[in-house]
Amino acid sequence: MKVLDWLANIDRRLIFLAIGLAVAIPIIMKLRMPIRISSEVRSAYETIENLPEGSVVLASIDYDATSAPELTPMFRSFLRQCFRKKLKIIYTGHLAIGLPLAQFDLDMVTAECGAVYGEDYINLGYRPGYTAVMIGIGREIRDFFAVDYKGVPVDSFPMMKDIHNYGDMALIVDFAHGTAGEYWIQYVVSRFGVRMFSCVTGVMAPTLYPYLQAGQITGIIGGLQGAAEYEMLVGNPESAAFGMPAQSIAHLLIIAFIVFGNIGYFISRRKK
Amino acid sequence: MNLLGTWIAAGLTIAILSFLYRDNPLYKFAEHLFVGVSAGYWVIYIWAFDVKPMLIDEFVRQAGFEKWLLIVPAVFGVMMLMRWIPRTAWISRWPISFTVGIAAGLALTAQVQGYIIPQIQATLLPLVSVGNTTAETIGRSFNNILIFVGVVCALLFFYFSREHKGALKVGSKIGVIFLMIGFGASFGYTVMARLSLLIGRLTFLLQVFGFR
Repeated sequence: MKVLDWLANIDRRLIFLAIGLAVAIPIIMKLRMPIRISSEVRSAYETIENLPEGSVVLASIDYDATSAPELTPMFRSFLRQCFRKKLKIIYTGHLAIGLPLAQFDLDMVTAECGAVYGEDYINLGYRPGYTAVMIGIGREIRDFFAVDYKGVPVDSFPMMKDIHNYGDMALIVDFAHGTAGEYWIQYVVSRFGVRMFSCVTGVMAPTLYPYLQAGQITGIIGGLQGAAEYEMLVGNPESAAFGMPAQSIAHLLIIAFIVFGNIGYFISRRKK
Repeated sequence: MNLLGTWIAAGLTIAILSFLYRDNPLYKFAEHLFVGVSAGYWVIYIWAFDVKPMLIDEFVRQAGFEKWLLIVPAVFGVMMLMRWIPRTAWISRWPISFTVGIAAGLALTAQVQGYIIPQIQATLLPLVSVGNTTAETIGRSFNNILIFVGVVCALLFFYFSREHKGALKVGSKIGVIFLMIGFGASFGYTVMARLSLLIGRLTFLLQVFGFR
């Protein structure tokens, strides 16, 4: 009984230490585990696989450093899949502080895949206006993005020659840690009929399942688990896939804490 | 330079994590540094990507009516800054009401067209859905019934025009169960998200210190 009392009133710093060790040890030991692919991630992957060569995909960066461990692996895998399929990418976003962060990954993967700026991809940078920008692109992208992130006119780039609005884009992929994912669906997908799938943090994933159920989006890549599944599908397991053993062990530890904490609580209540 | 940046990042990560033990000056320093750097970054970014290219450069580039039309947002921007002076703070209500009006107008159509109607459509499902096999028929029908019962009962829980007694009480109780399952799923995902951040930071630290 003393053990249960101790567990019910355990110092929270010991719990932090236990969680820290549960995460650190699998990373140091480089543990591996099998990853099962879920239907929503496979569907997102196949949406890109089924696009014809030369299709234009708009990637919206709506995350920053606070969610980079979850979304960076998704973004890298997305770029690799798109460049392998010879698709063209428009890079923009609605989080000013997030675009320069994701540009590290853009520069890394474009160099790795040999993608040419202005022909295979373009960086349009950030514009204020959020939903007004989303809707405005449906009329003419040049109304907001007459120049790229360095101030070069977009008409000087070959890939932008025939791109004017969502009618010229095959897909939108949103990388979001907030409500931007929902805004893209509500303001753009429903209004302009363009296809989309969402890459979101674990916190945001549950809010997007109703949209998937309703067929408004073609897939969801949610949290580190979704990122790991996507990495496996693209064939380039990296930080997400390697982080999953730590994630699973930490989850088991948290479940154990919840169970023991509740047992201790109920026993102490019965005593009173 | 890159090495120095990595060590600064590692040091600041440890400083922030030190709060888990107790509040301390190292944590306070890292926190204030973050707030200051973020604010400075935003000021520069908004000047470089908003004000200069979209207002000043456009004013120089445009001609005729469109050039002079840019004075309207410029004046609205100045009016917004009036908030800093208590005596003139009321002036900022005009540009605020303008942006609120635009946001409300855009959101109204988006909510109806992009959320309410598609979600209602997705709920109007046949309770018996025939598949290629018996198992598929049972599976599909079970899912559709689950969605129907879940939506109706959750709505009953938020029906406050009558006292929850009899059938209404049973329905709302079932609704609570569905809501709790929804909250549980959200919480589970949140735990996963927070652990992912810890995994990201610890992976970085372990790489810096040569453990990986």
